[in-house]
Formats: sequence, structure tokens, C-alpha cells
Amino acid sequence: MTSTPPSERGAVWLAALTGNAPLHESYSAALRVCHAPLADTSALYVCVVPDPANRFPRARNGETGLVEGWEIARAVQRQIAADREREDKTPIVAVIDVPSQAYGRREEAFGIHQALAAAAAAYAEARLAGHPVIGLIVGKAISGAFLAHGYQANRLIAIRDKQVQVHAMGKESAARITMRSVDALEELASVIPPMAYDIDSFASLGLLWRTLELQNPDAPAGADLAIMQRAAEEALTDILAHPDRSLHDRLGAKNRRATVKVRALLREQWHQDTPQQARTTETQ
Amino acid sequence: MNDSQQLLQRASFIELNARERAHALLDAGSARELLDPFERLKSPWLEMQGVTAQADDGVVLLKGALAGQSAIVAAIEGAYQGGSMGEVGGAKIAAALELAAEDNRQGIQTCALILFETGGVRLQEANLGLAAIADIPAAIVDLRRYQPVIGITAGTVGCYGGMSIAAGLCSYLVMTREARLGLNGPAVIEQEAGLGEFDSRDRPFIWSFTGGQQRYRTGLADAYVEDSVADMQATVRDLLKQGLPQQHRSAMHDDFLARLAEVDTSAQATPEQVRALYEKGIRP
Repeated sequence: MTSTPPSERGAVWLAALTGNAPLHESYSAALRVCHAPLADTSALYVCVVPDPANRFPRARNGETGLVEGWEIARAVQRQIAADREREDKTPIVAVIDVPSQAYGRREEAFGIHQALAAAAAAYAEARLAGHPVIGLIVGKAISGAFLAHGYQANRLIAIRDKQVQVHAMGKESAARITMRSVDALEELASVIPPMAYDIDSFASLGLLWRTLELQNPDAPAGADLAIMQRAAEEALTDILAHPDRSLHDRLGAKNRRATVKVRALLREQWHQDTPQQARTTETQ
Repeated sequence: MNDSQQLLQRASFIELNARERAHALLDAGSARELLDPFERLKSPWLEMQGVTAQADDGVVLLKGALAGQSAIVAAIEGAYQGGSMGEVGGAKIAAALELAAEDNRQGIQTCALILFETGGVRLQEANLGLAAIADIPAAIVDLRRYQPVIGITAGTVGCYGGMSIAAGLCSYLVMTREARLGLNGPAVIEQEAGLGEFDSRDRPFIWSFTGGQQRYRTGLADAYVEDSVADMQATVRDLLKQGLPQQHRSAMHDDFLARLAEVDTSAQATPEQVRALYEKGIRP
């Protein structure tokens, strides 16, 4: 078990980006939800933060747990409901610094998978309803926590920094499950991009819209804050300029070419029993 | 025909492999496999790690009819690499669900069955498995606006990791007594939180929290069936006939948050406690 203090990155970036906008009160201490400007509009900001007094002891270091998952869903679903009749949908910004999902007996018992499913569904439904959804990765974005909070965004932006990591599982557990040593795992990760923990390797998979070089990612201010804000605004402009509400924007990378091949071939075979239908062929 | 039907009456569903399960569920003679093993769409990442790559990457796609209606079945082969989701297998499922959603938009009603026998992300392809597991929920949320997406976890691998999030998004979830559903695998919880939190060798303990019977009794699964091909065939047809649920489980944040607020988290959870709590009403 780790003794490093929980990361404050999410909290400080949320505060900086929103100018300390007042938090909506109907959420637990681990979920910060507020409205604040983005470009010339008002956006919904959502961030999971550490809560040392969390009722669920396995979710005290910023992990995404039962309550956090369901509350993300509530925050996003409320925005979708509020904008149902509106043409211009409120943008949603997920500020992402999630070390992992919560690992515990209570979590499994009460169905943490369902809580995280609700969060992922809320973001996906928001995206399909036309809300621009932007994910800002300022710290860790690990596994189920990232699936629940941020991975459904139209555009993902990450800081190029050692503390910024995207992965499917922490190193120790991954080593145990694959029956390898941590050293062996690290060696493999250095030659196999999808196994690596660093953000440049992740970027090579084509899943990020942009990466940002900052002076001090721990204390957002001045030029660094301006760079992040500009990137978020440009992401918003980019989303609004493209009517596609899917996640296909992420499919172009050389390191993900097998995905593109599978998709193209499947589309071809899918339509072979419906000759009346115009066959659409994806160009690679 | 009568003889074979009688045989099916007694036949075990769990003993079938993924391809046989998928064939058993669709209307007789209607199925056509897409991206079959002869396409040799293998994982591009496994062989460089000394792991044999299977020609279908452990995912079987069958297009055909269910009760006369167009349907796609995605079946995960639990016997291959623990049913883990890699780049290719994940892309097969995501793309098939997306094409089903497209068909619905073009007036061809197409439902989906997903057979979950999976430990979640394939750690040898870590971030590309995770990326596919972000695409799969996105596609389920899109498709379930039109037609039911029915999830089945029969056993014996169970449904874990990010794919449990996908299972939580299905319109209906079917489980057997042998099946398990949870976000974090027992070994991972034990690794992260210690033996006192979760004993990965205590099978009755694991099933008492995450087994099919408990998930059904607590409203986290919609149907609990015997390990029989005939029962499974009848169940999926019944569920399809019901059409879309009034409300998907993932939309019930208010109910779940109200229930979770009542939990005394000072003591460890018990299966009885979860049943007492959720029996107060989660199901719509």
C-alpha cells in the first residue's frame, strides 16, 4: 500500500480553470461540480478529488468509487435534462486525475461496476445529445476510473509530464496477473507502446487530441493556465466544427492500425447480405 | 429436428465454446460469421511477447436473426487468454455494435447479444485494450437507444474489469449460478487492498457477493437461468420481446445514491446486507 500523499492536481486545476467558481452543493466532498466560463459560454466542470473522510474507506485517495460514479452520472444527467430543449448544449469539461477505481469488498458488493457504467453512460449520452465533452488529463487516468470519468469525451487533452499517466492497471498488480516481475514488465513496456505508462507512448496510440508542454503542472497559473485554457477552447471550437458525435476521431494512429483494418473489413462483410443497401467503404 | 431439440433441452450452455454458444442463440440456419478465423485477424502485439495469437483473437461475431429479427452476437471466448480484450477482439465488438446502430438508423431493426466471458483488458495490450473498452460502452449506449442490447454472462470465467462496465450498460443482463460479475478481479483486490479485504482463494465468499444468484436477487442482473441451452434460448427471446426497458439501470442514479446513503460503512459488507438494501427497490 502506498504512502505517497494523494494527488492535488485535479483540485488545483479545477480551481484555476474555473476561477474558484462556487461548487454545487448536492455532491459529496469527493466530487466537485461547478459551472464556469469556457470561451464565451458556460460549461459544466466535473472533477473527482481525494476525500480523506470518505464514508467508503477504499475511496479516500481520489479513487473513483460507488458514490463518485453515481454522482458523476447525476451531475452529467442533470445537465442533459436541463438542456433538453436547447439547441446550444452546455459543454462539459472532465478534469481528470484519477489514480484508480476503488478496490474493496464493499465496492464489489454494492456493484461498483454499475456505478462506473452509469458515469460512462452519462458522458456518452451527453456526447450523443450534442454536448461538447472535453477531457483534460492533468494527472493519472487509470483503468476503470478513466473509463468512468473522461474516456467518453469528444476530445482528450493531456499534459506532457511524468505524473500524467494513462494505463489499464497499476504496475504491481499487472505484474502479478501476468505472472511477470515488475522489471520484466517495464522492459516490455519500453518496446510495446500500448503497455507503457508514459504519456508520449499513450499519445502514439492516437487517443489524444493534443498534448501540452507546461512549466509547472502542479501549480497552474499565468502562461501554463493560459495554454490549457486555449487548448480547451480550441477543442470546443473543433468539436462544434465537426458534426460527428462518435469517438472515430481517435482512430488514425499507426500504432492502432489493426483497429482500422478490423473496422474496414467488418463494414465490408456486414453489408454482404444486404445488397439493396449502398455499400460504404472506409478508406484507410 | 425433434431429436436434436430434445438433446438441446438437456444440453449445457456453459460447456459450449464461444462459437457454439453464439450459434445456439440465433435462429437455426440464420447465422453468418463475420471476420472468421480464416481472415487471420490476429493480435499484432502478442507474438512479440511470446504469446500465441489466435486467428479470431478470441472474439466470435455472428450476424443472423433472433426471433426473426436482425441480430448481431458478439461472443468472447473465455478459454483464450482468459477472455481478455485486446486491440483486435475489442475492435470487432465495438465496430459490430456501431454497425448495428447504423442499421437501426437506416430502418433495419437490429438488436445485439454480447456474451461476456472476460477478465477485462488484456494486459499485454493494456492501453489498446482499454481504448477498445471505451469504444464498446460508447457503442452500447448508442445502440440501446433503438434496440435492446442483451448481455449474458454464463460462466465460468465471469465478467470483470472494464467489460463489467459494458455489462452494466446492457438493456438486460442474464446470468447463471456459475457466472460472476464484478469490476475488480479477486486477485487484484487482494493485491491492492490485502487479504482481509478480499480473499481471492475463498470461492464461496466470492460467489456470495458477485455470483449470478446474488446479482439477480439484488437487481443488478435481470434474469437468472439454469445452465441449459434451451433456457438460454427462451430467455433471450423473452427479453427481446419485452423491448427496451422503461429506464436503463445506468440511469437510476437517484435510486442508487439514496440506497448507498443508508449503508453503514463502519462494518464490512455482507451479502445479506446488500440484498436487504437493494430489495427496497432499485428495479424500475
